[in-house]
Amino acid sequence: MATAQTEIKVTPEIAAEHGVTREEYARIQQILERDPNITELGIFSVMWSEHCSYKSSKVHLKRLPTRGKLVVQGPGENAGVVDIGDGLVAAFKIESHNHPSYVEPFQGATTGVGGILRDIFTMGARPIAVMDSLRFGEIQKSGERRVARGEYKTTEEEAAKNRRILDGVIRGVGSYGNCFGVPTVGGEVAFEPCYAQNPLVNALALGIARKEEIFLAKAKGVGNPVIYVGAKTGRDGIHGASLLASAEFTEESQQKRPNVQVGDPFMEKLLLEACLEAMKTGAVVAIQDMGAAGLTCSTCEMASRGGTGIEIDLAKVPQRETGMSPYEIMLSESQERMLLVADKGREGEVLAVFKKWGLDAMVVGDVTEGGMLVVKDHGKVAAKIPAHPLAEEGPVYNRPIAQAAPRNEREKDWFQFAPEGTDLTANFTKLLASPTIASKHWITEQYDSMVRTNTLAGPGASDAAVVRVKETKRALALATDGNGRWCYLNPKVGAMHAVAEAARNVAASGARPIAATNCLNFGSPEKPEVMWQFSQAIDGVGEACVALGAPITGGNVSFYNETLGKSIYPTPVIGILGILEHADDVLKVAFRQEGDTIVLLDGASAADAGLKPGATPAREFSSSEYSKAIAGIVAGEPPAIDLAAEKRLIDCLVALAEARTVQSAHDLSDGGLAVAVAESCFASGGLSARISVDGDVNAEDALFGERGARAMVSVSQGNVAAVLETARQYGVGAREIGKVTRDNALRIEYKGCAVITAEVPTLQDTWANSLERNLKLS
Amino acid sequence: MKFGVVVFPGSNCDHDAFHAIGHVLKKPVEFIWHQSQELHQCDAIILPGGFSYGDYLRTGAIARFSPVMQAVEQFANKGGLVLGICNGFQILLEAGLLPGAMMRNSGLRFICKHVHIRVEDTHSPFTCAAKAGQILTIPIAHSDGNYTCDDKTLAALEKNHQILFRYTTADGKDDNGGNPNGSTANIAGICNERRNVAGLMPHPERAVEQVLDSDDGQVIFRSMVEALVGAAKATA
Repeated sequence: MATAQTEIKVTPEIAAEHGVTREEYARIQQILERDPNITELGIFSVMWSEHCSYKSSKVHLKRLPTRGKLVVQGPGENAGVVDIGDGLVAAFKIESHNHPSYVEPFQGATTGVGGILRDIFTMGARPIAVMDSLRFGEIQKSGERRVARGEYKTTEEEAAKNRRILDGVIRGVGSYGNCFGVPTVGGEVAFEPCYAQNPLVNALALGIARKEEIFLAKAKGVGNPVIYVGAKTGRDGIHGASLLASAEFTEESQQKRPNVQVGDPFMEKLLLEACLEAMKTGAVVAIQDMGAAGLTCSTCEMASRGGTGIEIDLAKVPQRETGMSPYEIMLSESQERMLLVADKGREGEVLAVFKKWGLDAMVVGDVTEGGMLVVKDHGKVAAKIPAHPLAEEGPVYNRPIAQAAPRNEREKDWFQFAPEGTDLTANFTKLLASPTIASKHWITEQYDSMVRTNTLAGPGASDAAVVRVKETKRALALATDGNGRWCYLNPKVGAMHAVAEAARNVAASGARPIAATNCLNFGSPEKPEVMWQFSQAIDGVGEACVALGAPITGGNVSFYNETLGKSIYPTPVIGILGILEHADDVLKVAFRQEGDTIVLLDGASAADAGLKPGATPAREFSSSEYSKAIAGIVAGEPPAIDLAAEKRLIDCLVALAEARTVQSAHDLSDGGLAVAVAESCFASGGLSARISVDGDVNAEDALFGERGARAMVSVSQGNVAAVLETARQYGVGAREIGKVTRDNALRIEYKGCAVITAEVPTLQDTWANSLERNLKLS
Repeated sequence: MKFGVVVFPGSNCDHDAFHAIGHVLKKPVEFIWHQSQELHQCDAIILPGGFSYGDYLRTGAIARFSPVMQAVEQFANKGGLVLGICNGFQILLEAGLLPGAMMRNSGLRFICKHVHIRVEDTHSPFTCAAKAGQILTIPIAHSDGNYTCDDKTLAALEKNHQILFRYTTADGKDDNGGNPNGSTANIAGICNERRNVAGLMPHPERAVEQVLDSDDGQVIFRSMVEALVGAAKATA
């Protein structure tokens, strides 16, 4: 199939090679009222691929809440758009680039960032921040301890490979954003054995625009010229979306390297400036980037949305290589290209802008009546397909769903708590060194996090990344979260936690969560148990987004994340956007002053705090990072979730930020209270802490448990009463648990007995440098 | 008094320099397109950071041939103030307006973080508002900031007090611990012999507001303003 000539006679067998089923092929014949030629088959195969058509997910995605009073544009366009006041809107979206990043980590990650940036500036919004949510296989070989349920064991060879993938992805993410000139302000990096053959690279971009200047991708106005701009078309990335992203990996996956696109951030920077300048002329009617499925997708989607047709001649398409067939040109996924529709008679103004920026821009066709996509090659018709059925009437599958067999765990499979009075300092140090908990500064310092001089809170400074909006008093906060391990143990509860944690992180920066975007990473939809996970996760995301007031405005679904029949953990990644009315109110993680009181906020009120009836502490605790890092146990259930409690905590944190009564804020998540306190010490540059807690289970649960709806704030002496009062008003439990000190000692007591005593600089060295030491790259 | 910020294709700190001068220091400033043959009667020129022409051949190697650089060279030869920041510094080296060359960072990775630099000499239009030995906290963001030059050039730089900034530790120590990229003699920024052209790898335009964690970079721009005011008085 590598080179397809128009003469090839299409048969159902050739269709099957394109991933088109017999039923889908019959549907194509029905739409065309004849057999497709090879170019048409290629076009259908990419548009109806899982990646482009969402054929397995559509029926479930309908259940997501997408409306809200601030939502200007929900799912279906290049990105979601929300109103952020002062006549401005924010466009944002998260997207996966998992498969290419395994096959070719650097280019895969780079083009992932490039693709999501184009989605944003296609809307007329200037990108102001990027975040990356990354998941890799373990970077250290498994120790002698029991490996989680005997399922995964990482050898040194595998660990070395995972380190190389990580290195390539990090360099790729950095190289694109750094050159393009958008700050990479944060994200997350997590490690689980299941991502070894299938890393997750999810990139989120945020942009802003004036509300009335938002551009949509609707080809309007019969006779208007269709203009191709940007990089020349080459043979790279053909079938990237359909064959790479829509099928699981086998041992031959490395042969798919030619399916991976190659990124050029410099070209994209020029394209950004030229597109925004061209839009300002008022002569641009519609614009869409050529991402997955390239010229095919941009032509038929713009025509379909506009209720029009489009006719183009491929002879006019700027080409990097000679002798490309219509099939290849239509399916190429060469990067940094855009298709736009201009006002007839004003195309000269648009072309002049692209000339100024030294970019190719060619009128390749025009908008037509009748709804047909007509592709000519030197005047000869190469493909003729009704645009709407191609773009919108692809197959929809309600795939079989079946819950996987229960795991049948017994008490002995769960985490065994240490006896009362055990010193936990050694375990705590080990936890701080674990790759998921350890500082990611070695990674984030390879990203330019400050360009554009808006970054009020960059990587690690606050629970969310915060960027100011220069024209206003406001700032925007962004956080991404996902917990594959929890979703594996319980997809619905795990998905709810992902939403809740992202929202909590945004609130802990002082911002009110207003909208969400989601990237749903799952295994093969052809497996009923994967579809069950997917369906459950959708329900969880939907329920949590409604409860926390953050509608879904866009995102993407990535299926077939499996290699040799083994699926990844189901991993919905949620990005939440929040608004800070006053940029100065931003809250950071770092303790600020010796003598400040540390207050633990708990959204669960005193009466319903603690464990839910029927839950056993060991069972919940077995899903924690501590359980995995210390005992090698991944089992049980994620902590029960209480969305009302999460909402109370969020409202309370926003109110505290507005009242300016707290000095710092940090939510409790991976590694629980102990890790949160330590991180606030590390970020402070010289402060330490002494805290004392109780609990109804035991010390490990109190210090390292990961129950949600909790955050820790530090408060100067004069404000303690006010903070406690605010918490009371919002129905949030608040307890003074300790003091910020300046004696280099972290001391944590449980029921009056010291269980952790350590020097902060020693702990900090472990936390700050473990990742780099474990990577052994340099 | 008017500042000009040159825009090369791929410049990405041009808006930040514009913001620092126009909105924070509140001095007149305008952009100058790389195709321009003249400098719009500007009194000081800033070559901003970024990846001019993608930096694909070698950092700054293509930008130095752009039309505007001829105008910048003439302007510099007449004594006009030129400041190159990061990629701008690299371009000035390639153009031969400053001595030395850039290599990849010693760690072979891009680094973005706050570093400390010490003002080594205050007798320049770029440092005259600073105190000698003052330590500034300013971010860096580069892959190729490892400044190098031969011994003879280094000796001349030292002798003529052309080294304006050196990387240092927070408490002002010269033990290489503060040097993020392996640069020769911990050099972070230099000027030419005539002292009207300077380049530095750290980004002062990213450190002009306390809300961005540091406003230490202001002193460099304020120095330029003072120098221009002084020059205007002298000619008046």
